[in-house]
Amino acid sequence: MSSLTTGLKGRAELGVALLLGAAGVLVFLDANGLVTPYSQSDPVGPKTVPYIVAGLLVVCAVLLAINVIRGGQGEAEGGEDVDLTHPADWKTILPLAGAFILNILLIDWAGWVISGTVLFWGSVLALGSRRYIRDGLISVALSLLTFYGFYLGLGIALPAGLLEGIL
Amino acid sequence: MDVWSSLMDGFATALTPMNFLYAVIGVLLGTAVGVLPGLGPAMTVALLLPVTYALEPTSAFIMFAGIYYGGMYGGSTTSILLNTPGESSSVVTAIEGNKMAKAGRAAQALATAAIGSFIAGTIGTALLAVCAPIVVQFAVSLGAPSYFAIMILALLAVTAVLGSSRLRGFASLGLGLAIGLIGMDSVTGQRRLTFGQPLLADGLDIVVVAVAIFAVGEALWVAAHLRRTPLHVIPVGRPWMGKKDWSRSWKPWLRGTAFGFPFGALPAGGAEIPTFLSYVTEKRLSKHPEEFGKGAIEGVAGPEAANNAAAAGTLTPMLALGLPTNATAAVMLAAFTSYGIQPGPQLFSSQGPLVWALIASLFIGNLLLLLINLPLAPLWAKLLQLPRPYLYAGILFFATLGAYSVNLQAFDLVILLVLGALGFMMRRFGLPVLPLILGVILGPRIEGQLRKTLQLSAGDPAGLFSEPIAVVIYIIVGLILAWPFLFKLIRRNRPGRKSLLPANSGAADYSD
Repeated sequence: MSSLTTGLKGRAELGVALLLGAAGVLVFLDANGLVTPYSQSDPVGPKTVPYIVAGLLVVCAVLLAINVIRGGQGEAEGGEDVDLTHPADWKTILPLAGAFILNILLIDWAGWVISGTVLFWGSVLALGSRRYIRDGLISVALSLLTFYGFYLGLGIALPAGLLEGIL
Repeated sequence: MDVWSSLMDGFATALTPMNFLYAVIGVLLGTAVGVLPGLGPAMTVALLLPVTYALEPTSAFIMFAGIYYGGMYGGSTTSILLNTPGESSSVVTAIEGNKMAKAGRAAQALATAAIGSFIAGTIGTALLAVCAPIVVQFAVSLGAPSYFAIMILALLAVTAVLGSSRLRGFASLGLGLAIGLIGMDSVTGQRRLTFGQPLLADGLDIVVVAVAIFAVGEALWVAAHLRRTPLHVIPVGRPWMGKKDWSRSWKPWLRGTAFGFPFGALPAGGAEIPTFLSYVTEKRLSKHPEEFGKGAIEGVAGPEAANNAAAAGTLTPMLALGLPTNATAAVMLAAFTSYGIQPGPQLFSSQGPLVWALIASLFIGNLLLLLINLPLAPLWAKLLQLPRPYLYAGILFFATLGAYSVNLQAFDLVILLVLGALGFMMRRFGLPVLPLILGVILGPRIEGQLRKTLQLSAGDPAGLFSEPIAVVIYIIVGLILAWPFLFKLIRRNRPGRKSLLPANSGAADYSD
């Protein structure tokens, strides 16, 4: 690996330190905004633990930043289907997240059967399957099956949305 | 009631036809999902939590018992046939197990893993049945200061002992504690970290958090690094063992069990350390040390037994103290809470029948695993060939469904995506997931005990040290925190001494 890419990777991990620090500051500011009269029955109050957590986060952020600058590196997680030899594949991730967001936007309005189909179909395509028709049929079947399974088996009524009255 | 008659009552409950059916479903689901790459037992329980809301608690927990052991067993099948284990506890099994499979002895490797798991699981569950009531007797005398100390110990131990970087462990813990703070403060009713968003006032549902971190985070992470060349799955027939395999396996099974249970029961539980210890022990005691590294059956039998005994051991502090020490126990604790049941010393008196039915179904689940899995092994091996787009799309699909069905709010799905992205980032930069989950679950409980303690002492911090157990635990906590410095000191004084653990063992690295 060239020194340039290792340099970039190190800098990316500084983002984690930044996130931790930001979270710490956020927790601190939020706790600071709480108004609490001193009460005999609750000497600790709702602020103490957030302050401790904020402190922990900020300390971790600083130490992590130092660690990364000194060349420390978190070990990316391996797994059965994980191939760490190639860099993160954003052409898969972004469409996948897109399918997920589409589902969030559609679920209450169009109903689970439609949004779930979009989610599964979109995800399968994003992950590289190219059997459009078969994947589509599987998606519809899965959504219908879970809709009725939850309704009849568990008594949970997932939203029917646009298909209200048909399902 | 003594242990024996309670346990018999438990069997009577667990063996009713419907409950037995749930045990079978649990074992099958647990194994199937455990075999699938990328899915561990914790995620299985988290994904299935919403489904079980419609069941009554006893049936739900009987199913969880099956899922718990099934998931463990499934993980070992994957590591033997694929050699790239997903769960850290299966890493050691893969060392010898995959070599055996490559040498054409997959059937024997799977058999010794299955039978060893059964024996270790049965002994472990028996020890759980005996130990848990004793721990409870001891625990009822403990007050808030001791509970506070024990929970602090569990959090620190999991964060500081497991994983490869303590610093990243603490970072993950901090994030978890911060997530746990979200919502209404239980004492004063003040809203913390809700940003004026009424949907956050009740806090984040633990199911949503667990599914996001385990399932969505994992699916996104794998999607980013999906292996484009299909993995080679070693074909396998029905598992069986010859006479020689039996005589080489039974001692490692028992020794592995002896390692696994105590480690699982400790607050710094986890199966990594006992499986590794078992492997090293078997290597040292074996009459065939030359086979190690080339597929020695002892190297599969021992660690697998240790893994399952640790799984049983983990349930002791979970049931008796309400203290989860691994991810699966943490999610199960969340399940208990969602049924309005508080694990802890009172559990055995208030929910006796449920607990004993759970323990009885652990025995049943274990036996079912052996009976079902030996003949079904070739089928499980086929599951490994499920096309990856379907597998990971399916994980996202069911994760969404599970998280949505808890409250039927699209808002929960936004949380799911945000925390899923966090899970992705954690995997990318080597932040362990377990401290975060434990932080979310234990954080609010720790705060509760802290406030109770100081309420009793009228704000005097000395109240924290008012019970002898608490003081002892703080000394242990101090030792755990000081260990890396002590370790360095010892090493500096004895420069010739080599590290006890090999560099690539996956055991704790105290370098930072």
